[in-house]
Amino acid sequence: MQFMLLFSRQGKLRLQKWYVAHPDKLKKKITRELITTILTRKPKMCSFLEWKDLKVVYKRYASLYFCCAIEQDDNELLTLEVIHRYVELLDKYFGSVCELDIIFNFEKAYFILDELLLGGEIQETSKKNVLKAIAAQDLLQEEETPQGFFEDHGLG
Amino acid sequence: MNASEHGFNPAFNMATIKQAINEAVERVRMPTPMRLRDLIRQIRAARTAAEERSVVNKECAYIRSTFREEDSVWRCRNIAKLLYIHMLGYPAHFGQLECLKLIASPRFTDKRIGYLGAMLLLDERQDVHLLITNCLKNDLNSTTQFVVGLALCTLGAIASPEMARDLAAEVERLMKSPNAYIRKKAGLCAFRIIRRVPDLMEIFLPATRSMLSEKNHGVLITGVTLITEMCENSIDTLNHFKKIVPNLVRILKNLILAGYSPEHDVSGVSDPFLQVKILKLLRVLGKNDADASEAMNDILAQVATNTETSKNVGNSILYETVLSIMDIKSESGLRVLAINILGRFLLNNDKNIRYVALNTLLKTVHIDTSAVQRHRSTILECLKDPDVSIRRRAMELSFALVNSQNIRTMMKELLTFLEKSEPEFKAPCSSSIVLAAERYAPNKRWHLDTLLKVLVAAGNYLRDDVISSTIQLISETTSQQAYITLQLWQALSEDKLDKQPLIQVAVWAIGEYGDLVLSATSDDINDMVKPTEEDIIDVYKRLLWSPQNSPTTKQFALMSLTKLSTRFSHTNNKIQQIVSSFSSNLHIELQQRGVEFSQLFGKHSNLRSALLERMPPMEVVRNSSDVQTNGDMDESEDKSNDNSPQHSNNTDTNVLLDLLGGTDSSDLDIIKPSSMPTQPISNNKDLLDLLGGLDLSNPVTTSDTGLGFIMENNNGSLPLDNNDTSNFLMGDILNTNLVNEKHVPTLTAFDKNGLKIVFLLEKVSESNMVSIHLTATNSTISNMTDFLFQAAVPKAFHLQMLSPSGTIISPNGQVTQILRVTNPNKGALRMRIRLSYTIDGALIQEQTEVNNFPTEIWD
Repeated sequence: MQFMLLFSRQGKLRLQKWYVAHPDKLKKKITRELITTILTRKPKMCSFLEWKDLKVVYKRYASLYFCCAIEQDDNELLTLEVIHRYVELLDKYFGSVCELDIIFNFEKAYFILDELLLGGEIQETSKKNVLKAIAAQDLLQEEETPQGFFEDHGLG
Repeated sequence: MNASEHGFNPAFNMATIKQAINEAVERVRMPTPMRLRDLIRQIRAARTAAEERSVVNKECAYIRSTFREEDSVWRCRNIAKLLYIHMLGYPAHFGQLECLKLIASPRFTDKRIGYLGAMLLLDERQDVHLLITNCLKNDLNSTTQFVVGLALCTLGAIASPEMARDLAAEVERLMKSPNAYIRKKAGLCAFRIIRRVPDLMEIFLPATRSMLSEKNHGVLITGVTLITEMCENSIDTLNHFKKIVPNLVRILKNLILAGYSPEHDVSGVSDPFLQVKILKLLRVLGKNDADASEAMNDILAQVATNTETSKNVGNSILYETVLSIMDIKSESGLRVLAINILGRFLLNNDKNIRYVALNTLLKTVHIDTSAVQRHRSTILECLKDPDVSIRRRAMELSFALVNSQNIRTMMKELLTFLEKSEPEFKAPCSSSIVLAAERYAPNKRWHLDTLLKVLVAAGNYLRDDVISSTIQLISETTSQQAYITLQLWQALSEDKLDKQPLIQVAVWAIGEYGDLVLSATSDDINDMVKPTEEDIIDVYKRLLWSPQNSPTTKQFALMSLTKLSTRFSHTNNKIQQIVSSFSSNLHIELQQRGVEFSQLFGKHSNLRSALLERMPPMEVVRNSSDVQTNGDMDESEDKSNDNSPQHSNNTDTNVLLDLLGGTDSSDLDIIKPSSMPTQPISNNKDLLDLLGGLDLSNPVTTSDTGLGFIMENNNGSLPLDNNDTSNFLMGDILNTNLVNEKHVPTLTAFDKNGLKIVFLLEKVSESNMVSIHLTATNSTISNMTDFLFQAAVPKAFHLQMLSPSGTIISPNGQVTQILRVTNPNKGALRMRIRLSYTIDGALIQEQTEVNNFPTEIWD
């Protein structure tokens, strides 16, 4: 996988994860063009897009689009499953996730993605293991944040 | 945190108290910064972009000031806010160093946010390598598994070649860690390192092998991914891993036969992610290897038959299985099974599955056409799919399936498709139909009918080459001229949309064969109404006065009308009137014709019938001076305007000759038929050459029409040696015996950093084409991968590039590629070349211009 983008129906970027090194300017350009292209596609169309020299797989869940650019010999259908797996994880973690959860807790969304994929490839196929790792790390954070003394010590 | 825990952990307690005191001091010193969620709320509350900008700018300014003050308590929160701001598209690079400071902090929260920031704000292009490498090295040795995990994850995302080299040994050590959580992450990190620096593969080999004997699916899948990457990178490693085929087969068998396991189940399929990865690795290992393929035949058949297909997840596995079956040396029965799976996919309700099926069939159609043919009707059905991507694939696949047996039914469907399709499809679809019709037309009448339908269905989206090839075909098919002209007349009189290509072809044909239309026999007429001279003249009037028609179309019409004056009996006055009305036309090209043709009705009327004789069946042979004038003409109207003053300076007769023959009018023999095409027609012959030969079996024409000269704009005349090479597919160019080559010297186009590119130039005799044999050699000691050679030539030239022999140049190895340059104007060739390749993980791009082509090659 080369990158993953989450964006809203209004075209607002909600998460971006790049596994290839591009200058910031190019990333912005790709993001902008891809969002426009995908948002103009009709719901009847298939989830795959041959865009420039990339194979793009996208799927809409409620108001959010999940979009992955994959390698030429990657399996498009399986990429849909990867996206779905990520959505399931977000859903389990936040408890019926909505766009606002991802906006206000974007760092958590990244942490979850980083336990599912590494370097653009799947590292864990068990949902339980991903959530266990996230929960354990959240606990580590909680333990070192002295909530009893100052309530807003965390990210807030 | 509860009190009892404090009691058991005095050290931690102390640390907490210390921190609290520190923080109290900070709080007194400066106010608490805004919380992340408050910032997000504020930004979301902004009603205008300007308002949002001002909130962001204010906060950025504040964050910057805290960075200057070395404030450590709130750094984590400030970076988190900055990352949100970064996602909105604002610059955030000033936070890079702060991220590194966070990473260096002992707190896990700091590290978690710091590494997240590093992944978002830094990538392998930044110059803070050394700093981050040190941080990573520290954390890779941490005793907390999650800190190691964060470091591995970051390395996997932003590893530059330098970082990869510096940290490869650490990663290799972690691949052998007793902790599965770390092992799987280290595995993918190694994957990333190898992708950046293939040379580092060696050190990972032993640790990789043992990953396959794992139970943990995370470790297994990363191991398989890593091995696949290694095998794709090096033949030696590929051979080394051939022996794991039985292991992979066993793992896959266990997956599909084992009962329900809730942990890895996806809609009734056991770990599809792992299954797909294994299938892909099997494909890599079985390719071109009969033994390995033999060993995996059974399991592939098992997966293909046992997988649940009601959901996308099962189909994703089937899809991967099909790809593997088609790629390895599998049994023929298995291949049929694979194609049938794709056939079933085509009937699936899910558009995604239909799409991958068409895509895969398109890839395999050249290997096993007959198997794909069985699904022809389903594929044709997909031409009506609501999804444009599916329709495009179906169209490409349909054309790949056309042959002489099914041409009639296929064309019927494809013409319907052409008629209903969006503009973007019309040009490629019509050109493909024309090509297919040329190759497989069962007879001339059918071929002509098909071309006519294309003209009607594609409207103005037709490529110019179709016009010329249609005219050529009409010209050489003498037996059908009356019939097709009548058909064209009918289409023309029914056309309401001013389809320029149709009008051009129709008026050309009517101009040439108008008399045949009037005297048509019942066989030609079928049930059509035979027009009268007046009917035809009326339509011409409409065409010539309509503002919708382009000047080129009007030129066609005017020429044609003039020709009709010698074919019609009692309408000459009307024709003369119309023609002379053009002598004051605002468009200079039309005006010139008006004036010149009027001369044919007055002073030079004795020349008229001889000049306007029917064209002989067309040949592609023309001398070079023709092409130069005519070639300019059809490129743009402006250019032909530039030419016309030069024409009008000549004497009357010369102007005429000029018009009819070409610039070198004095050399022209007006009686020689092949050198007196009328101007609009010779325009098209240019394009004819571009398109290539038509069906050459017609005995009337010299059968060397076009032949290999598909892509070139040839102005040299072809030798008239009547060879019957009627197949004009692109690939045959070099084999054509028309092409005699004469060697000219080599030239070095590029020589830098061990990459040398040499051009060997060969003139293709009797044409203005030079074929350039490019050889790229690598004198370094590393592999050059992803080698890509691009070239551009000025517009006056035509460049065709064949695919290179490879993209990897091994040390002392070479890659070759053939380029063909056509130079109709015999100008001095300049070529701009761009090269890119990857060496030692670094992408190199070079650009240069080659100007030292010997000019004598064009003589």
